[in-house]
Amino acid sequence: MDLGLVCANIVKLWTNYWHIYLIEGVLTTLKLTVFAVVLGALLGVVVALLKMSKSKIVRFFITAYIEIIRGTPLLLQLMLFYFVLPQLIPVFDFNEFTWVAIALCINSSAYVSEIFRSGIQSVDKGQTEAARSLGLSSGQTMLRIVMPQAIKNILPALGNEFIMMLKETSLASTFFIGDLMTSHAIVKGATFLMLESLIITGAIYLCMTYPLSKLVEAFERKMKNA
Amino acid sequence: MHNTNEIIKTVDLHKSFGKLHVLQGVNETVKKGEVVTVIGPSGGGKSTFLRCLNLLEVPEKGQIFFEGTDITQKGVNIDLHRQKMGMVFQNFNVFPHLDVCKNITLTPVLTKKKSEAEAEEMAKELLNRVGLIDKLHEMPGKLSGGQKQRLAIVRALAMEPDVMLFDEPTSALDPEMVGEVLDVIKDLVKGGMTSVIVTHEMRFAREVSDRVLFMAEGNVMESGKPADMFDNPQTPRFKEFLSKVL
Repeated sequence: MDLGLVCANIVKLWTNYWHIYLIEGVLTTLKLTVFAVVLGALLGVVVALLKMSKSKIVRFFITAYIEIIRGTPLLLQLMLFYFVLPQLIPVFDFNEFTWVAIALCINSSAYVSEIFRSGIQSVDKGQTEAARSLGLSSGQTMLRIVMPQAIKNILPALGNEFIMMLKETSLASTFFIGDLMTSHAIVKGATFLMLESLIITGAIYLCMTYPLSKLVEAFERKMKNA
Repeated sequence: MHNTNEIIKTVDLHKSFGKLHVLQGVNETVKKGEVVTVIGPSGGGKSTFLRCLNLLEVPEKGQIFFEGTDITQKGVNIDLHRQKMGMVFQNFNVFPHLDVCKNITLTPVLTKKKSEAEAEEMAKELLNRVGLIDKLHEMPGKLSGGQKQRLAIVRALAMEPDVMLFDEPTSALDPEMVGEVLDVIKDLVKGGMTSVIVTHEMRFAREVSDRVLFMAEGNVMESGKPADMFDNPQTPRFKEFLSKVL
């Protein structure tokens, strides 16, 4: 393999196709990730609270929800949402991008709910007892006493979930949804330069994930000292 | 008819953890202004009894009357009753994410008993009483165990409770810090605060109590004035306990 040629090809690809990677690919990937993690987090909080519910039936269904989502491949879930659900429930007239985004969001909610649950349960039970013994309601106790202490465990884990999701959105390229991995497929198809395009794509993913993981690390360190 | 002199009254209180029958029908009454200490061997049900009084543990049978209301009834807003029952824990349980002042003012402000300014004024006064005024804006992580427990006591007092429950308040302390916490409790009960104190400090129990309960095997085996109890134990179980701890 001629390294010089590979380098030259990378430069050529980047000059000709950078907008396909950056404007379409990165933007779509970021959009999908933010959508999945932000809405997934909101849904995840609800799931986490339900998982700690007093009702056995509610706990059973929530546990099943979490286990099914975490126990099956994301690709399978994506296919279900992309191919099957639009036909099963035609009332929801979403476009393809939205179906993929919803699948990612639901997938994320299962992981995020476990992050919340373990974060909340990492707070000493004595804190809740002290707050309740003072006469605070369970809601006030959660909001004022438990959550502020749980958040330092939750935030770094949420950051890591964001990084994971950013990489997992690449599975959406199966449906040519326009994410960064789709950009790679387009450029590779046009130029037949597989290795060079993969290197560029990988580098762009790294440019996004590396600073993020450093950010999470810095935050964890700060929290440890606080 | 509710006797206004009775602050807490339990009737046939039962509590089990799995197969362990921890409380086996406890009937007790705490009168206004009374200082009751609960002593006895570990596992005898002392802490569970205390934790039932504000329903941190829910008994499966029996009734608990707090100022005449049966708080074990469905539909009772326990939060309102807990606001009148201060509790101090073995492990302090101060709120580590709030400074000393906020630890004290949070609940009075949230439950709308006081404005922010009023609550802070009261916090200062209370901290002054227990010698922690210079720690007003410290974080609890910087306090010693004894200081944390004194903070926990004034945090409960800020709600102006009618009764204080102490669950082995000095058991987690280094020996040299036990005195400072016991002194705070002594001052408090001298001021007329109705208190139920679970403790292993026998000298303290003898000194401050109006009445001592000896609990073992899930029930009160013996109770009475401290001098009678300690100098003239009746039951073999209590004699055996005293011979071990004194």
